[in-house]
Amino acid sequence: MIWNETKECMSRDQINNLQSARLRKMVKRAYHNVTFYRKKMQQIGLEPGDINGVEDLHKLPFTTKQDLRDNYPFGLFAVPQSQIVRVHASSGTTGKATVVGYTRRDIEIWQECVARVLAMAGVGSHDIIQVAYGYGLFTGGLGLHYGAENLGATVIPMSTGNTQKLITLMQDFKVTAIACTPSYLLHIAEVLEEAGQIDNTHLKVAICGAEPWTDNMRKQIETKLNIKAYDIYGLSEVMGPGVAADCKFHKGLHVYEDHFIPEIIHPETLEPCKEGEVGELVFTPITKEALPLIRYRTRDLTSITYDECECGRTIARISRFKGRSDDMLIIRGVNVFPSQVEAALLEMGETSPHYLMIVDRINNLDVLEVQVEVEERYFSDEIKQLDSLTKKIARALHTALGLSVKVRLVEPRTIERSQGKAKRVIDRRKFD
Amino acid sequence: MIIKQLSVFIENTEGILECVTDTLCKHNINIVSLSLVDASEYSVLRMIVSDPERGREVLKEEGLLAKLTDVIAVKTPQKPGMLHDILTAFRDANLHVKYMYTYSSSENYATVIMRLSKLDTALSLIKQKGYEVCTDKEAYEIVNLN
Ligand SMILES: [Zn+2]
Repeated sequence: MIWNETKECMSRDQINNLQSARLRKMVKRAYHNVTFYRKKMQQIGLEPGDINGVEDLHKLPFTTKQDLRDNYPFGLFAVPQSQIVRVHASSGTTGKATVVGYTRRDIEIWQECVARVLAMAGVGSHDIIQVAYGYGLFTGGLGLHYGAENLGATVIPMSTGNTQKLITLMQDFKVTAIACTPSYLLHIAEVLEEAGQIDNTHLKVAICGAEPWTDNMRKQIETKLNIKAYDIYGLSEVMGPGVAADCKFHKGLHVYEDHFIPEIIHPETLEPCKEGEVGELVFTPITKEALPLIRYRTRDLTSITYDECECGRTIARISRFKGRSDDMLIIRGVNVFPSQVEAALLEMGETSPHYLMIVDRINNLDVLEVQVEVEERYFSDEIKQLDSLTKKIARALHTALGLSVKVRLVEPRTIERSQGKAKRVIDRRKFD
Repeated sequence: MIIKQLSVFIENTEGILECVTDTLCKHNINIVSLSLVDASEYSVLRMIVSDPERGREVLKEEGLLAKLTDVIAVKTPQKPGMLHDILTAFRDANLHVKYMYTYSSSENYATVIMRLSKLDTALSLIKQKGYEVCTDKEAYEIVNLN
């Protein structure tokens, strides 16, 4: 179902006009209310009046995560604190947390976007949905929660941490939909499988996000649980989950262009990429009142298409993520993304998709070890078979990455399952 | 007859073997015989235990990767050339021995656990040659081995 047909199925001209009008207003707000943006624009001799529409977007300066940290906590807010109704924050691996704020209207728009995502996945007011993202400073839990309430579904605020309880309630309440990270959902499926309860749920749809996953992983989730799974994308700096999501055709994630202008740029030259070309995704949220970021660099690598989708939506689609420009590992000069490892393992089909990459530098040479969990049905007690499995995985990874890989088989469930974001990489190299 | 061997994947990290022995001990499962084979990064522990089904279950509950494998326990008389005789018969029948280890040794027999490509063929060959194999009861409970 299309939740907001007027906004999701506009013509390209209508989208451009709406975006241009909103962009002009937003740049004015940022210029007049945020010192950081006023200074940044003044430095390059740019005034709000120079921005007439989307075609002038490229003239504006970029915003990075570092800018948010430098202005910690509320330095980039464009409204007085009395108008802020909620704050979220994400913990950085280094340094200070990234703090984001919302006005009442920002929250309303967020609820609207998440409702669109859920409706696109076929969720409606008759559904009972478990929100199994973390509740708290992380945007996942509350974002999905209020979106699902706005849609009219019955929301079970599960949060994360107690899989057994989640499963009990899932069965007792006849839960039909779940929102969580894809790796956590696979974990839930495993627990159900072990208890012989995999066919004993009413689950029919999952909305998964907060970490990159592959099409193969989606298919695995769909077959294991006999449900439909959808991809939801978002980042707290821009709003939270619900910036984009995929429809049943799974040909990219629809971006809600009436609220966010997407751009794809070369991460190094910062020049715009052509339609279909892979580059870094940049967002300008044009309706945000509290935190009107201009050209925010997401570090996510993807490509964009403006073709109308089979589902009837005309809004732009971004492809499944190819990784993050800062997740990218350079190993012996080769660019490696964790998503490539996952895709290769799933394609092989003889292992579980749970893996851990360990990069180290031994005698000045980068070494990549990939730990893969042995699945019960592929476990043989003959060393010869296990060795040939190891070699087969190594060959598949070598082909996928263009790099020789040391493969290590580990016991099932030794690699940490995430209830938040999966830890897939340990880089032990020292670059100082 | 074919008997069940309990095979466990052992990551070469500390404490895994103890986890296996501890779990079996807690559930009162006796290890009758074992063989530990190590590759560089992992090992495989093969055991004949008093209750293989239950053994697999309790190890699985501990999160270990365990499975049951079909093997045979051949009683080879305590005389030179007996094992050679059996192996020659297998070779002539194109049967491939994947691995073997000693189960027990007594005055009359050295009993050997074998995993082969075609267990049924192997069993009938052994019978033809006049040798004996252990029943599951004999193997799991260590009886009639003399
Ligand atoms: Zn679509």
